[in-house]
Amino acid sequence: MDTLLLVEQGLNGLQLGVMLFLMAAGLTLVFGIMDLINLAHGSFYMVGAYLTAALVPVLGGFLPALAAAVLLTALLGLVVEAVALRTLYRRDHLDQVLATFGLILFFNELVKILFGPVPIFLNPPAALAGTVDLWGLKYPAFRLAILGVGIAVAAFLWLLITRTRVGMLIRAGATNREMVMALGVDVRLLFGLVFALGCGLAGLAGAMAGPVLAVQVGMGEQVLILTFVVIVIGGIGSIRGALAGALLVGIVDTVGRALLPAGFRLVLDAASANAAGAAAASMAIYVLMALVLAVRPRGLFPAG
Amino acid sequence: MALTRSRLILILLLAAALALPTLAEWAGEPFYIRLATRILVFALAAVSLDLILGFGGMVSFGHAAFVGIGGYVVGILFAHQADGSTLFGLPGTTNALVVWPLAMLVGGLAALPIGAISLRTTGVPFIMITLAFAQMLFYLMTGLKAYGGDDGIALWSRSTLPAGPNLADHTSFYYVTLALLLAALVLGWRLVNSRFGRVIRGAKDNERRMGALGFPVTRYKLAAFVLSGMLAGLAGALLANATLFIGPQYLHWSRSGDLIVMVVLGGMGTLIGPVLGAAALLLLEEFVPEVMDLAHAGLGEHWKIVLGPVLLLLVLFARKGLWGLLAGSRAS
Amino acid sequence: MTRSLLALAPIVAPALALLAAPAAAEPVKVGMITTLSGPGAGLGIDIRDGFALALEHLGGKLGGQETTVVEADDQQKPDVAVGLANRMVERDRVNVVTGVVWSNLALAMMPTLAGGQTVFVSPNAGPSQLAGSQCNPWFFNVAYQNDTIHEAMGKHVQDAGFKKVYLLAPNYPAGKDSLAGFKRFYKGDVAGEVYTQVGQLDYAAELAQLKAAAPDAVFAFYPGGMGINFIKQYEQAGLKGSVPLFGPGFSFDQDILAAVGDAALGAKNSAQWSPDLDNAPNKRFVADFKAKFNRLPSMYAAQGYDAALLIDAAVKATGGAVKDKEKLRAAFKTARFDGLRGAPVRFNTNNFPIQTIYLREVVKGPDGAVTNRLAGTVFTDHADAYAKDCGLK
Repeated sequence: MDTLLLVEQGLNGLQLGVMLFLMAAGLTLVFGIMDLINLAHGSFYMVGAYLTAALVPVLGGFLPALAAAVLLTALLGLVVEAVALRTLYRRDHLDQVLATFGLILFFNELVKILFGPVPIFLNPPAALAGTVDLWGLKYPAFRLAILGVGIAVAAFLWLLITRTRVGMLIRAGATNREMVMALGVDVRLLFGLVFALGCGLAGLAGAMAGPVLAVQVGMGEQVLILTFVVIVIGGIGSIRGALAGALLVGIVDTVGRALLPAGFRLVLDAASANAAGAAAASMAIYVLMALVLAVRPRGLFPAG
Repeated sequence: MALTRSRLILILLLAAALALPTLAEWAGEPFYIRLATRILVFALAAVSLDLILGFGGMVSFGHAAFVGIGGYVVGILFAHQADGSTLFGLPGTTNALVVWPLAMLVGGLAALPIGAISLRTTGVPFIMITLAFAQMLFYLMTGLKAYGGDDGIALWSRSTLPAGPNLADHTSFYYVTLALLLAALVLGWRLVNSRFGRVIRGAKDNERRMGALGFPVTRYKLAAFVLSGMLAGLAGALLANATLFIGPQYLHWSRSGDLIVMVVLGGMGTLIGPVLGAAALLLLEEFVPEVMDLAHAGLGEHWKIVLGPVLLLLVLFARKGLWGLLAGSRAS
Repeated sequence: MTRSLLALAPIVAPALALLAAPAAAEPVKVGMITTLSGPGAGLGIDIRDGFALALEHLGGKLGGQETTVVEADDQQKPDVAVGLANRMVERDRVNVVTGVVWSNLALAMMPTLAGGQTVFVSPNAGPSQLAGSQCNPWFFNVAYQNDTIHEAMGKHVQDAGFKKVYLLAPNYPAGKDSLAGFKRFYKGDVAGEVYTQVGQLDYAAELAQLKAAAPDAVFAFYPGGMGINFIKQYEQAGLKGSVPLFGPGFSFDQDILAAVGDAALGAKNSAQWSPDLDNAPNKRFVADFKAKFNRLPSMYAAQGYDAALLIDAAVKATGGAVKDKEKLRAAFKTARFDGLRGAPVRFNTNNFPIQTIYLREVVKGPDGAVTNRLAGTVFTDHADAYAKDCGLK
């Protein structure tokens, strides 16, 4: 494999990782601060993608549609938190799993009723539709945009958490929830904001994924499991862990798909190698997770 | 033996289960025997999960893998018998006395290494590592063309007993399934109340204390995990028989999720709860679309928009699950 | 007392007359088991809607008989589909079951429906097992045996003179059958043969390898959401202009085209049906489907429509005695109907159609909508490769 291809696969891995980070950051924040397992996180990703697709023709451009979709998804998050989830914080994790599973069914069907059962159209904006020449490597411009947005969000979260008062409360909340409550902070407000932030990030992930992937009912669950893999590898509740886990999963998945079939061809005949390689590549990230947890049961960067 | 509310409900449930085939035949609707069989099979799978989840605090998100493994033991041996080929030099068979115990054995053997590695973790990492193993098996079976891959294996007949009830008869199969479920419940009840069970339950509340008391807690938990895998394997063998099919979709993570929903919905940490949860979920799945269609033709297509909020409301208002709701606050 | 009985007479008399009516008045009951929820719901709903439109065109009657359709959501889960099949046979006592989208669900339901002696009309799923060694007298496929669509593309790519083709498909039996079917007629070099994860989202790694292999054409089998992901990413990688992309109709049908738009323009694909097939029933179908459901019909919708026409023809042939299961089954075997293909549909010994497979091209219609247009005929009177393994006559 030549260098250029290797570089391209590396970029692909990073880009997939950054995409997963956008999802993982919100999920891990909500879990870390509020001790809430939110299976419906994927639903907000779906809502973000659908809203962007629906708003592009209305607002006349991808960027305004994306901005509006992220805001609306965050607002929806506030409403859902107030109506359905607030009473669940003190409940067993499994109660939360069951309740948010119910939310998934509800949102999937609602989107199907509103937008129809067939996947809907969303392409990259014209300016980012083609490829960019990176020193001889033709790389999809929109994938570079995803990479850029992911890095920007990581930087924003780092500033938010290390340099602001809200960030200080978030850090304190992640380590010791009771203490923050004792400080007289309006915990309700803080939780609402954190949840809305998480939902906004999921909406952003959906909006950025929409032009690359099918915008369809159930798209949230496809990425939800990967997101859980990421935050568990990284260490639950840790933003740093989410970033590390996401990049690791992105790279292992991409490299696995690129190299494993070729690897199997060295020892097997072509037909069996193709099938075995594909099966092994599908399992690669799960093997990675099992290995990481077997060695470090609390993930790479355990919070608190 | 005072006739408490919970005991009365149990007696009524048992009576209903025993009388169901007769009632269904009398009403000319034998279909309900099949539906009830499916409920019993999923109830067995849910009970096997609850033994570790409800009593041991081990939330396995990969339990469908053991169910699927049990089903594949039945399916693979059926396929070898059907085409006369051999597996490791042995012929295939449909003899229930061979394949059902084998399904339990293989389920337990799979649970042993998976449990040994997974039990190094607790909490959410445990949920995810059990999921990881189930996903690996799911992708393995999807790509394994020799045994149908994604297409699975269609069974053209049920397992057979050399003597006794004819399993091809739906009513006989129902009673055999019911008997196995009851046996599992009795076994579970004795286990939970044994010294072994007290250690497992104690470890759920405070693992360190049980360890300090000198119990090899991890080994106890692993034993429970393996036993649970065996019961799930039996449920899988019965599921393959009930549906005359086995495929990778039976191992899919969403099926593991369904099992967790059944346990939590019915009431975890109780033995009868998962049975109620399985019945409730499958009955909702069966009848919510029909009732909605009756209300307005074509509405049934959107049944999940009703099911979702129903689950949410049940969590919010039935804190101890359906069994807690039925048996009152003193349910155990 | 007597008076009140007399008062009932106007109600009772017609009821008695109904009971005494000849067998010809038996109503037809159809079980529609299809996928109505989850990511695969688009295809199931298209089949269901196509079927409903045909029934409407037939005046609500199949074979001139009163017809009820019992609908149920299989959730794309095999065990649920089997449970529903049981219910349709034993409780709802339907005469025919149809609607199935997926091969694995069709295979799972087969023993139950054959055991219940209920005719099983597949409007889509046509796995090789049911066409060959496991063919079944109770199973009829009104659409195709999966391989034939892929074979047509193999023949076209071969005839068009491509010498180095890169192949991609999901890693499941239908994917393997697809590439095997393609290679049955394509004899040139294979630049690469790649199987990807079922339901895969990101294809960047595969596309990079593909580019490096420098093929002169690509054949990709990606139905549903996988197809949308692949086609979007193929264009974004800058491959659309440089390496021509081919696929079976499943990879480029209306459910996918609506979501990818211009990214699919120019792609050649194969199918037994096209929205611009020039015959009166098809024109009516396309126009009315669009008017009624506010979207363009997919091939799945056309197949749902054809399923209704097949049942209509078979019921007619029984003279209305649909309760006689063997007679009904025999009527399906000999039923003659044109369907939307503009030619009589003829069943092979294995109850799969022998038919024409067309070449189609993705184009932008006059109204700006991206759709398929006929671009030639690949096979006429084409039979599938598995019929020889089937013991039926």
